[in-house]
Amino acid sequence: MKTVLKELKKTFSIDSVLQQKDRTWFITVQREHAVPLLNHLQSIQGFTHLSLLTAVDRIEDNRFELAYILFNHYEKVTLGVNVLIDRDNPVMDSVHHLWRHAATHQRELNEMFGISFPQSPRNSESFILEGWDSMPPMRRDFDTKEYAEDRFFPRPGRTTNDPASFMKDKLYPEGE
Amino acid sequence: MKKKDRSRREFLENAGLSDPEKELFCNAKPRPSKTLGKYMEGFLNWSRANSLWILGYGTGCGAIELRPLMTARYDMFRYGIAPRPTPRQSTVFIIGGYASVKTLKRIVRSYEQMQDPKFVMGLGSCTINGGMYWDSYNTINRLDHYIPVDVYITGCMPRPESIIAGFEELKNRIRKGYTQGANQYINNFDWYKRNQKQIIKDWNMPDYNW
Repeated sequence: MKTVLKELKKTFSIDSVLQQKDRTWFITVQREHAVPLLNHLQSIQGFTHLSLLTAVDRIEDNRFELAYILFNHYEKVTLGVNVLIDRDNPVMDSVHHLWRHAATHQRELNEMFGISFPQSPRNSESFILEGWDSMPPMRRDFDTKEYAEDRFFPRPGRTTNDPASFMKDKLYPEGE
Repeated sequence: MKKKDRSRREFLENAGLSDPEKELFCNAKPRPSKTLGKYMEGFLNWSRANSLWILGYGTGCGAIELRPLMTARYDMFRYGIAPRPTPRQSTVFIIGGYASVKTLKRIVRSYEQMQDPKFVMGLGSCTINGGMYWDSYNTINRLDHYIPVDVYITGCMPRPESIIAGFEELKNRIRKGYTQGANQYINNFDWYKRNQKQIIKDWNMPDYNW
């Protein structure tokens, strides 16, 4: 894997490399280099399997972090390619020409995070949120509780307990 | 129907449909069905209670409990309960657990297509108050705001035994004459429709699915 990374660094600008486990690596690349890099990894380095394409909302940095998790079946190595994109204008190039099922992931990302992939087929069609008219629900500034309470007619009389204090009272009623 | 009655009939707007589609669907407003005499209803209710046909539409995780109920171990056929493939043939609609907004649209459609009299069973705590998904952005909290519910079965998930107990409760209710769920829906039609349309934003079906 180290030789692969050395080779990658010759052609692509890689911002950071992180080895999480023996056979699990994560690299961060610039947005412009992402699709050529993924193409290179798929066709030359043998990372033929796109396990997952998902996003993380880095609201503090005003960024979305896209994570392409790739797997190499010959070397049994997992490689995550992280791409940071702007949160105010979340547009990313599609990779559905490399992996056809990426179109489904991208459709879901468009619905749940509002990240649009203009070249991806049927990208703006809704998946499960038919007729959704609010902020994309997986963004971290979306308040699910508030949304559900003013929309779904909550039944009165529902109580909740803070798990920590509830269990403390239950197990140690006299104190520590 | 007499002629003077026809002029007083109310029609539905079907605002969600386009003009060519409007011609394809019936726009008559549903009317409550009349009950027969006391003794005839009593006989009918006895026979209704002994042949409950459920709609085979599992809307949530609770539908997984209907499979052991159908097969040899719990064997619901000995209680006169059988699954049917279409809403036209079924009398009991089991809402199996949480219902997302997308599913609710299909639930409303299937419920309206069922023949009168029809009964609804809410399975699990999700249909009562939202259960563990009470603060979710996509699952409804109270089922009885959208369709009338006859019996609720608590649990997360309810075991097949409790579903059988729920069926026994439903049978007792039917024998006592509580069979007016469909009429309750039609009498409070505007209230139910308002609640449904508050949740379902892309209403692209007729207002009542005949």
